[in-house]
Amino acid sequence: MSTLAAWPVLLPLITAIILLFVAKGDLRLARIINLLSVLGVTALALVLIGVASDDVHRVYALGNWVPPFGIVLVLDRLSALMVGLTMLLALASLGYAIATDVDTHGPHFHVLFQFQLFGLNGAFLTGDVFNLFVFFEVLLLASYGLLLHGGGRLRTKAGLHYVVINLVGSTLFLFAVGAMYGVLGSLNLADMAQRVAASPAENHSLIAAASLLLLVVFGIKAAAFPLYLWLPAAYAETSAPIAALFAIMTKVGLYAIVRVHGTLFGSEAGELAGLITPWLAVAGWITLGLAALGVLAATRLQVQIAYLVLASIGTLLIGFGLATPQAYVGALYYLIHSTLLAAAFFLLADLIVRARGEDGDRLEPGAAMPNGVLLGALFFGLAIALAGIPPLSGFFGKLLILHAALYDPRMAIHYALILLSSFVIIVALAKSGSTLFYQTQAEAPSTGLPPQKAALPAVLGLLLAAPLMVVFARPLTTWLEATALQLHDTRGYVNAVLTTPAVQNTP
Amino acid sequence: MELVIALTIGVLTAGGVFLSLRGHTFPVVLGLTLLSYAVNLFLFVMGRLAIGLPPIINPAAPGYTDPLPQALVLTAIVIAFGMTAFVIVLALRAKSELGNDHVDGLHIRASDQERQKGGRT
Repeated sequence: MSTLAAWPVLLPLITAIILLFVAKGDLRLARIINLLSVLGVTALALVLIGVASDDVHRVYALGNWVPPFGIVLVLDRLSALMVGLTMLLALASLGYAIATDVDTHGPHFHVLFQFQLFGLNGAFLTGDVFNLFVFFEVLLLASYGLLLHGGGRLRTKAGLHYVVINLVGSTLFLFAVGAMYGVLGSLNLADMAQRVAASPAENHSLIAAASLLLLVVFGIKAAAFPLYLWLPAAYAETSAPIAALFAIMTKVGLYAIVRVHGTLFGSEAGELAGLITPWLAVAGWITLGLAALGVLAATRLQVQIAYLVLASIGTLLIGFGLATPQAYVGALYYLIHSTLLAAAFFLLADLIVRARGEDGDRLEPGAAMPNGVLLGALFFGLAIALAGIPPLSGFFGKLLILHAALYDPRMAIHYALILLSSFVIIVALAKSGSTLFYQTQAEAPSTGLPPQKAALPAVLGLLLAAPLMVVFARPLTTWLEATALQLHDTRGYVNAVLTTPAVQNTP
Repeated sequence: MELVIALTIGVLTAGGVFLSLRGHTFPVVLGLTLLSYAVNLFLFVMGRLAIGLPPIINPAAPGYTDPLPQALVLTAIVIAFGMTAFVIVLALRAKSELGNDHVDGLHIRASDQERQKGGRT
């Protein structure tokens, strides 16, 4: 038994508790502790990605209660990847928050930040459905605090909607978990998968109902159609570093769909195999179509970016809905790309808003920005990457998904929607770019501030992912292919978890 | 007893759904609370109904009652309690900041609409 899986969960928790004691007094100290912890866990996450590359499921049984009786944390390729992605985002987001003094706008920013990481890492590593619920609650509670951090009327209004819809989601989660336990008698994911496969036919409809209810819950988190309406307001109203960190929050929902539904209704599940996959692509189509219209219709830059996040969710749902290992490679590649670059775009939008001063984030002609060339160049690069134009990573992500969709029976709809939405997004981003940077009023005095030097590394670092993912596309896709194969091998997962031995006490 | 419990869960859920769809924050909070009561009862029942049986297997007893749903309910109660407290505070803050307790914060003042156009708050 390996304790490796426990550390990315424990370290943020311990840091958060330490920060609780210093947060009120010394902001400088709190920043240093938070930054050191995030750096440490990022390094650890990169080590974990390396460790997980040997295709072994590392299982940690909490309190030495062997599965299926206790709670387990499972480290495999996908969970290591998601933890690594979370920590990279956290690093950029924290760096930007410190550079722009966002953490001074209210108390306990750093504590909430660490609790957020605790919840996220826990949700990615757990192998128990009820434990997943608990970690969801931890990350949601921290996200409520972070979303509302700094206050303001519009933020409070968006926050209220976000909190209420997520509370309803939590209740549905409990209903689904309860029904699952009532039918299957276990909440350990691996054990549940075995019991689903062995369940008598009269229980199938109950299992299907419970797992579709669970899909609704994950759909709320992932912001899939028709449950996405909370997202644009919540992401557009919160502060930039938090919006950047929240780029991973929707991916938690997608991860949960892949992990829970993928494991329970994998190829071993008999009659119930592939229960939800036909629905995923349909939800993806509608989400993608509406998101593209939203990008086109947005009158504010931050709302536009929020719809771009939504468009990436739609594309990812199509990718995961195809359900072949090849499609998973494309979807996972696109997931890494869209998470990092959407976060970079939120941070850049904040720099643009600062530089525009009184013009704010309205997509209307305004005064020329100080240092507009730099901001414009960054905007150009990000727009190319996110719209999916060669040579940056968005193009390759979409290409991989489209290639995987080539032999799908619904190939025509996949192609039409992905290509049309990309076109609409290109038009919309070209329009906002030219409005922001070219149609400036030369006479109008500039009221904005030039971008802070300290804030640039966070944006540049995230933007760097786009060319890097293209240059190292070959090793990355090879790694992701192994990840996709590991995900499809549900029997391997089940066996690895259920055969975990207890640790013997040394006398 | 099954019928009574099932009806109770049903009525609580129906009331919770109805109230949480209302337009003002106070009924919404009440609705969420009712929903959490319903789900707690539901979780509890998922261990099957049993009266007077020990939660630990005892050869002398005629059976046992499943202790796991009880542990789950305990966790769910604690979380729901904390969330309710949070959402009440948030609703109060929304009322004081938006000037009314509508969930959409209707009648936002003209100066706010100006700020909304301007973007950041």
